[in-house]
Amino acid sequence: MSGPLLRNRWFVGSVGGTFLLLVFSIFVGFVWLPSAQDDSLFKGLLNSICSAAGVPRSWLGEASAPVTSPTKVSDVVMTPTTLDSPASDGAVGRGGTLALRCTMCHGLRGVSNSQTPTLAGQYASSIYKELRDFQSGARISAVMAPFVADLHDQDLRDLSAYYASLPRQQTANTQDLQSAPDIVATGAPMRNIPPCGSCHGRLTSKLGVPWLDSQPRDYLKTQLEAFAHGTRRNDTSAQMRNIARNMTTQEIDASVDFYSGTR
Amino acid sequence: MIYNKRLILAHFWLAFAVFGMAILLGEWQMFIRSPLSGWLRNADLYYRSVTAHGTVMGYVFPTLVAMGFGYFISEAALGQPLIGRKWAWAGYFMIIIGTIAAVVPVAMGLDSVLYTFYPPMIGNAFYYIGVVLVVVGSWVWVALMGVNLYVWKRAHPGASVPLAMFANVAGAYLWGWTAVGAALELLFQILPVALGFATTINAGLSRVLFSWTLHAIVYFWLMPAYIAFYTIVPRAIGGRLYSDSMARISFALFLVFAMPIGIHHLFADPEVGAGFKVVHSIFTAMVAVPTLLTVFTICASVEIAARLRGGKGLFGWVKALPWANPQMLTLALSFVMLGFGGAGGLINMSYQLDSTIHNTQWVTGHFHLIFGGAIVIMYFALAYDLWPHLTGRALLNLRLVHWQLWLWFIGMIVLTFPWHYAGLLGMPRRMAFYDYTAPGMFAEGVSVVMSTIGGALLVVSAALFITVLVRNHSAARVDPEPFTFSRAVHEPVSLPWALNGLGLWLGLMIALTITNYGFPIVQLMMTPEGRVPPVFVGGKP
Repeated sequence: MSGPLLRNRWFVGSVGGTFLLLVFSIFVGFVWLPSAQDDSLFKGLLNSICSAAGVPRSWLGEASAPVTSPTKVSDVVMTPTTLDSPASDGAVGRGGTLALRCTMCHGLRGVSNSQTPTLAGQYASSIYKELRDFQSGARISAVMAPFVADLHDQDLRDLSAYYASLPRQQTANTQDLQSAPDIVATGAPMRNIPPCGSCHGRLTSKLGVPWLDSQPRDYLKTQLEAFAHGTRRNDTSAQMRNIARNMTTQEIDASVDFYSGTR
Repeated sequence: MIYNKRLILAHFWLAFAVFGMAILLGEWQMFIRSPLSGWLRNADLYYRSVTAHGTVMGYVFPTLVAMGFGYFISEAALGQPLIGRKWAWAGYFMIIIGTIAAVVPVAMGLDSVLYTFYPPMIGNAFYYIGVVLVVVGSWVWVALMGVNLYVWKRAHPGASVPLAMFANVAGAYLWGWTAVGAALELLFQILPVALGFATTINAGLSRVLFSWTLHAIVYFWLMPAYIAFYTIVPRAIGGRLYSDSMARISFALFLVFAMPIGIHHLFADPEVGAGFKVVHSIFTAMVAVPTLLTVFTICASVEIAARLRGGKGLFGWVKALPWANPQMLTLALSFVMLGFGGAGGLINMSYQLDSTIHNTQWVTGHFHLIFGGAIVIMYFALAYDLWPHLTGRALLNLRLVHWQLWLWFIGMIVLTFPWHYAGLLGMPRRMAFYDYTAPGMFAEGVSVVMSTIGGALLVVSAALFITVLVRNHSAARVDPEPFTFSRAVHEPVSLPWALNGLGLWLGLMIALTITNYGFPIVQLMMTPEGRVPPVFVGGKP
């Protein structure tokens, strides 16, 4: 190359052409198309440029405040680190002591012989969420409410850690999805029902969701029906209410039979 | 003269071996979600398969083809032995180790995140580390291509860089730069979470960084095919390249316009402003310029060949073309697929029209037609042309080659046309099974069955392809004439500086990356509320 860049036709042509194209596309994207929007956020040049650039705006600034629910809803936010705390040393021991008051229903080592849930080996995140919901009233139980009323948050964490540390009961058909009913292995896509196993174990699990194997049959069935009727409401985004409402009686029985096994 | 035949053959063979395995996964996926099969009891098997198929077909296979062909071009076009042979082998083994590290945890069900990663889903760290190793291994090639050209230029001051090497290095630099996006995503967003150093991930930022890679990677896949269009086909059919300068301008424009357009993959994403989506949409449209330049130049070159063979008339010359020649046949089949795929691409790149097909099976149909069809069929042609020069043995069974190429073309049409149609009907992508008993989904079921049949034809074609190459290794020894690239009608005597080097175009590529990606990336980096907890995949039952 010889001579100054700005006299070179290749340089001027390519850089100039690209620049003009950029200016044109910016004009179209940030000024012209937004001007066709009938939205207050796009009124005025600066407003329209900021909105088109994706600067966070308060879209609902002028809207009315969200409606508050007449019933108590769950306020537990579970993240993978919710249960990490500096006080987790010794949690299992403290939880074991606290759990003495739970044994009459949930069994000496977390394995229930009645129609109450088995807690041995249950995910800590799931136990913690339910305890918090019982405490706040998002999940209603005349039996559980007085037991958790006077517990501190650290107590709930300790209890969750203790029960999660107990050995899980082995079930006969663990990991065998061939024998699982359709509702567990595949769900019903056209009715918006995902496979039970995609959250509750066997396929995958999700945070805060309980492991259902070996739970009592009556307990599982009661809870599914409570979700379907809307009397249990502590599923944060109504996911279980929407699923249970769309399940047939046969599907409820099949899933309950599968997870409860012989119980 | 080819000095490092073993190195080049190793790249091609590994590429075709992993391709042969991954195509089986693809056909299994199509079968399993068709009405021909019952529903999978464990949907995770499907996502494992999709992840492995995408990782191998998207990252490993085309990268190895580009690398092997790149080393070949460097020696054949520059006429000098490859500088950095040991480095090249090191890069090759990095890709092998990376592929194993990535695919094993995927097979174990620890990384069913699909090859586009989809944060905040997070799987086992080995998968991501494997992908990083594959990319780093290919960066060795990028550097070697630059070094080899630099050394040659020093030794030949003022000489015109051969077109094949010019295009090859353009492809290498395009890959080097576009892979940076995914590398940043992996190193600064995904791996810290996968390794336990961080507990949240900025999913929006991750997706924007991946889009930096996601579109230009397609043009990196396409480069070997385009190099073959320009520098092999005209020679193989006995013609001349119509214009050397037009070829260089096309490759330069691909370098400039392939990069600043990736946000068209994020049209439905809320974290990017509509203005940037429009800008990327307009720049995507600019890719049509080098594409149409190529179609024009190659058609003109083919016409030259036909007229040299005595073709006459406005269109009568088409009959005079050497249709029995695999290169001619492949070019024609590739252009047909490129035409249909390109037309579909116009829908995808348009901000408004995209909403009709976004995240439907149309999109998967589209990229299989463009990449699996138009591009991969040229990889086959490339291999057929290079193989005798690499093995020193004759590639005689043209009948089998014709069967293979036609089967690939027919299979790809039967696979992808119904696939597009299923998308138009609204069939979503990335699902393991569909309820075809539902009213209104019958037509989708029929189209998926047709695609399954098309996929089966592709499997047969792939088997034939491997057979042809394997049989060549025990064929009669020949002494092939020295390898040559196409000659242009007007051979370049003294090129303008802009077409004899890539500096100007690289500068534009980087500048446009900054203008089109700078603000969205910085803004998302400064949006801490964009950080969300990861969703772990596999590992935790």
